[in-house]
Amino acid sequence: MNKAKINNNSEDISFWYDPDKRSILYQIGSACLFAFVAWYLVSNTMANLERQSIATGFGFLNNEAAFEIGESLIEYSAADRYARALSVGFLNTLLVSFIGVILTVILGTFIGVARLSKNWLINKCAAIYIELFQDIPVLLQLFFWYAFFYEMLPSPRDALSPVKGLFLCNRGLIFGIPQSHPVYKYMAIAVIIAVIVIFFLKKWAKKRQDFTGKAFPVFFTSIFLLIGFPFICWLFGGTPTDMNIPVLKGFNFKGGLTISPEFAALLLGLVLYTAAFVAEVVRAGIQSVNRGQTEAAKAVGLKSGQVLNLIILPQALRVIIPPLTSQMLNLTKNSSLAVAIGYPDFVSVAGTAINQTGQAIEGVMLIMVVYLIFSLSTSAFMNWYNTKMALVER
Amino acid sequence: MKFTKFVIVCLTVLMFAAVSFAGTLEDVKAKGYIQVGVNGSVFGFGKADDKGVWKGLDVDCARALSVAVFGSPDKLKFTPLTAKTRFTALQSGEIDVLFRNCTQTLSRDSALGLDFCVVNYYDGQGFLINKKLGVKSAKELDGATVCVLPGTTTELNVADYFRTNGMKMNPVVIENTAELNKAFFAGRCDCLTSDASQLAGQRAVAPNPADYMILPEIISKEPLAPAVRHGDNKWKDIVNYSVLTLINAEEFGITSKNVDKMLKSTNPKIKRFLGVTKGNGKALGLDEDFAYKIIKMVGNYGEIFERNVGVNTQLGIERGLNALWTDGGLMYSPPFK
Repeated sequence: MNKAKINNNSEDISFWYDPDKRSILYQIGSACLFAFVAWYLVSNTMANLERQSIATGFGFLNNEAAFEIGESLIEYSAADRYARALSVGFLNTLLVSFIGVILTVILGTFIGVARLSKNWLINKCAAIYIELFQDIPVLLQLFFWYAFFYEMLPSPRDALSPVKGLFLCNRGLIFGIPQSHPVYKYMAIAVIIAVIVIFFLKKWAKKRQDFTGKAFPVFFTSIFLLIGFPFICWLFGGTPTDMNIPVLKGFNFKGGLTISPEFAALLLGLVLYTAAFVAEVVRAGIQSVNRGQTEAAKAVGLKSGQVLNLIILPQALRVIIPPLTSQMLNLTKNSSLAVAIGYPDFVSVAGTAINQTGQAIEGVMLIMVVYLIFSLSTSAFMNWYNTKMALVER
Repeated sequence: MKFTKFVIVCLTVLMFAAVSFAGTLEDVKAKGYIQVGVNGSVFGFGKADDKGVWKGLDVDCARALSVAVFGSPDKLKFTPLTAKTRFTALQSGEIDVLFRNCTQTLSRDSALGLDFCVVNYYDGQGFLINKKLGVKSAKELDGATVCVLPGTTTELNVADYFRTNGMKMNPVVIENTAELNKAFFAGRCDCLTSDASQLAGQRAVAPNPADYMILPEIISKEPLAPAVRHGDNKWKDIVNYSVLTLINAEEFGITSKNVDKMLKSTNPKIKRFLGVTKGNGKALGLDEDFAYKIIKMVGNYGEIFERNVGVNTQLGIERGLNALWTDGGLMYSPPFK
């Protein structure tokens, strides 16, 4: 009705003073300007690269990389192509970010809760931790942990061995792992099956409770299933017990699994730093839930575990999740500092590739795309979780 | 208002993007100094001393260039660069010339859009190792952990060497030279690999130099040369002949001490070289007496070598390949005429 009126009057408004037309004009103008600037920058870059005869394009990905990488989740040697070298870096970044995020959330929650403790000592310890780790630049912390590992630990020949099959030296933490056997694959599948069963069990338990009011001990059953399924698998698979124990041979240990000082320093530095921020986020979230809620929950006879699970957490999570997401992204992005302490993450490998091929623009584009993928998928997951946790009004 | 701001920002971006490179010589003369990319952490080649004065063989060669262009050795601004950032800095025009113990290779000369000038140091890659390990040859290094700088020819050479000899290696790659050395001396790696000249420098500053030795194997050719952007031939000529002046002067026996006396020499070659007979300067677009000034203010190649890396310094490097061709080395200058 209102709109129609304005349209009727528009005949006597001049073209330049019509807000509708004017806004369209502005939009077109800025779009043109943007396109022009983009075109200019791209064509200028191309022309300059051409003039200086710098190679362009992603063809280099198929060339032999010819450099070694310190640690890798997949088979890699200097004879492989750049594409594979970059995947090694990608997986290394993924590994440190994934483990880092999980540990950060656990440690952060723990410290955040400790910060609210009524026990004076625990409370103050948590406060000191948060202030200390929040206020020191993360790069310095990484240098500190890395230097700590290589300065404090002995050489492989004098390695510490507190338990049989476990060695601690400046080459890292090296320990025995079970000798590879087909049954381990089936055990992994058993765990996945257990998770699926638990998912349906939980649904069923909730339904039953809704109808009959009887609670089912989902938590303990879940733990039992998670351990039981793979264990049965192991029993039927012939109970293999052979271990792959590392032995000192020449310069270093052979066999077993090695956690390098670079990886350990990076993980420790990132987790301790980010956990301080997460702790504050968690504290804020819990404090945002009104005290009356707890009292009311207790008044209707809920147990303290139920109070936390059913009343406080669902409300606190709404406050916690958005800033928690940004802390997770921070951790992933900060992992690019790995290059300073020699962990071969994506930036480190891509940096070497850039230098060997001279194709900085392509290399930097790849780095941007990879971090964008990491960040967008983390946000997508957390946004989904956030919607799930959001207030559902009935 | 916002829109106006946006337009201003866009125009600024355009203006910066539009600054195309004129000849480097003109650019340098206009701004009054040369921006030089140097190493920043290799003792004897390019490192600032405790008073902040830049010293080293590469730095002195850059000073010769500064004398050639401005008649003074101090018209330089130094940008310390890591192995990874050095070529990008040159490609993008952030620096005018790169004097950073940089190995000339085919791919760098072509696909990277660089041009290498005359070699100012012939080097080769070696291994520095703790004597405690009891290793006598690089062939015994199978399974060793190797500390190496990223983005260097070294990184490829060492991988090639281990592959050729059917050995395994475990690299620890740290971008910052100082951090890398710290990790090595603390025992994180079994050996440190780099150009032999740099290893000598690193050993010299080790907590206990006598504990370390350089293995006899030299596994690569490393002709270290200054680099300029591809296609700027005039600038490349000037860099080339500034360095060649140093070599030629040594061949003629002209030093910073006797150069004034040499001005009165009757030898037509020396007269031409020092600009008493005119022609060379004009051809390069420099002052006629540029060679005289370089030798007077910086010295000849032999003087520079001895002062920065020679046997009487902490590094104690023999001339070897870097002796004049007349003494069995590779240092050779085309005639100045």
